[in-house]
Amino acid sequence: MKVVLEHLTKRFPSRNRKEKADVIAVNDFHFEIPDGQLVALLGPSGCGKSTTLNLICGLQKPSDGKIFFGETDVTNLPPESRGVGLVFQNYALYPHLTVEQNIMFPLGNLKGKDKLSKEEMKAKALEAAKVVQIDQLMERKPSELSGGQQQRVAIARALVKRPRVLLLDEPLSNLDARLRLQTREEIRRIQRETLITTVFVTHDQDEAMSISDMIVVMEAGVVQQIGKPQSVYDDPVNLFVAKFLGTPAINVFDGTVKGEKLIIGGDTVLDTPGVPDQEVTVGIRPEGFWVDDNGAFKCDVQAVEVMGRDVSIVSKHAGSQSDKIRSIISTEFKMNHDVAQVRFTLKPGKVHIFDKTTGERIRF
Amino acid sequence: MDNKSMKGWLYLLPAIFFLGVFMVYPLADVFIYSFEEGYNSASQTFFGIGGYNYSYVLHDPYFLQALKNTFLLVVITVPVSTLIALLISLGLTSITKLRDLYQTIFFLPYVTNTLAIGLVFMILFKKTPYSDGMVNMLLNLFGAGSVDFIDGPYWAKMTVLCIYTVWVVLPFKILILTSALLSVNQDYYNAARVDGTSKFRIFMRITLPMISPSIFYLVITGFIGAFKAYSDAVALFGTNLNAAGMNTIVGYVYDMLYGDSGGYPSYAAAAALILFVIVLTITCINMLIRRKHVYI
Repeated sequence: MKVVLEHLTKRFPSRNRKEKADVIAVNDFHFEIPDGQLVALLGPSGCGKSTTLNLICGLQKPSDGKIFFGETDVTNLPPESRGVGLVFQNYALYPHLTVEQNIMFPLGNLKGKDKLSKEEMKAKALEAAKVVQIDQLMERKPSELSGGQQQRVAIARALVKRPRVLLLDEPLSNLDARLRLQTREEIRRIQRETLITTVFVTHDQDEAMSISDMIVVMEAGVVQQIGKPQSVYDDPVNLFVAKFLGTPAINVFDGTVKGEKLIIGGDTVLDTPGVPDQEVTVGIRPEGFWVDDNGAFKCDVQAVEVMGRDVSIVSKHAGSQSDKIRSIISTEFKMNHDVAQVRFTLKPGKVHIFDKTTGERIRF
Repeated sequence: MDNKSMKGWLYLLPAIFFLGVFMVYPLADVFIYSFEEGYNSASQTFFGIGGYNYSYVLHDPYFLQALKNTFLLVVITVPVSTLIALLISLGLTSITKLRDLYQTIFFLPYVTNTLAIGLVFMILFKKTPYSDGMVNMLLNLFGAGSVDFIDGPYWAKMTVLCIYTVWVVLPFKILILTSALLSVNQDYYNAARVDGTSKFRIFMRITLPMISPSIFYLVITGFIGAFKAYSDAVALFGTNLNAAGMNTIVGYVYDMLYGDSGGYPSYAAAAALILFVIVLTITCINMLIRRKHVYI
């Protein structure tokens, strides 16, 4: 089931008495989520991603715009008629019910010809529990489960009614780091198995990049960029997206383009064919550096961190907006740890330049 | 005894001392009194030790009347007041406009003096040479005859006492239940809504279990409070409750000590202990029910 969001806007009335203007949580969100895909809504807190999720599931009504599931307009349908499964950030498992009763709860709401017998409900609950591999825990109460197990129960409860769309609100944020890795793969596996169109909200770019087919980067209610994780990473449309994706974060510099060459703090580092002369903001990915004794980009080394797989050089440069530049170098290159200065040449595909004021990408 | 537990006991000493003098000693004393036959508080003498005080109290028609009154009061007012409080709290939590105003109004009886409320009930129910009271005026309006609620038949007096008790205990229950309802995480309701759960099922399967600890707390304290009822009856029917036939167990204890028929501390002690045993039994039963039905 594809999900179409048509110019979706959500305004909240201002609570501030002096400032009467509405708060725009989601601004003109226009996107078609293809059938059977796993899509991540990614952005910092307060960017409108959870509101978007609530709009899709129907807990909130959009101020403007329309939502379609397949060809059906569901904009004015209440949540229960939309056929969505929602997993809450805190899972919202009913604490007084057992795992089995929790999973069966949605089935108990079916009426008329859909009404199921107790045995059918139990069978369906077991089936859903098996998908998330918690069929051994059916008699437990939520308080007797670990965070990861609770998460699975919540997913099973959302899946048991065979929703057309599965929505996950910050599904991993309550788990510890180890469990997070495991669970995100689990979510991926479950989504692949069930082929249910899935939308999940996260502020963690690792999470979003690693398991989604598509990511939607949002900021202040406005969609910044939509695309496959790798292409958004490689080809950010603006400084915000470039900064938001990638760990370690992209290094940001003040620079100038003069005569189709990029100059950072006095070093002429790269050719930028076709870019008119101007002041720019430059972003260089940590993996965008080659150590090169004849390189144009001269940095003062502060520390060399050995990580086994690769080496991270922390250095300083006059043009940098922060006081640290982090570059990641393959261990195949034998780095001399005691040097005071390191010279780099830059990989062109890893260097992005942005308009100084708007932050829009300047392509070259 | 090591240093640390010495320190602990030292800190506890003042509380233990005062509790001992004002709680434990009198309790033990009451227990002893209740078995001392013919105790005279002036001469501090008694005839012998035995169960006569209990036998006397249990055969005293006034006590039996008080027992019956108290039981009726408990059985009627606790469920009724809890149910009404739950309905009002549900109403209060589902409105946003004027909620504070209503909450204040519902809370007023709690801060109003018992006797002042008694006066209001007089105006509502008492028959005087000038007026039959507001309730009777209403009854007359619907064609029913006047009833003397204060000095009239037993059922009328009991009705007034029950209405009065429910009215007095409502605010506290509303307060507890409203806050219990508001503290249920909204996500549970949202989760249920997304699954298309009907309002009734949400209430029965989610709301009620979630607030069951509060309801249980109110039922237990309600039982205990109703068993200890006394001032309510005085506010309505005056101090001579035996004559009005509206005495309660605590009222009986008081009368045995200080009332017209007073001066019998042994009977009072026996009655008090009977009350204690009843309350203890009921509370234990409640606890057993709680273990089965209340989710924690």
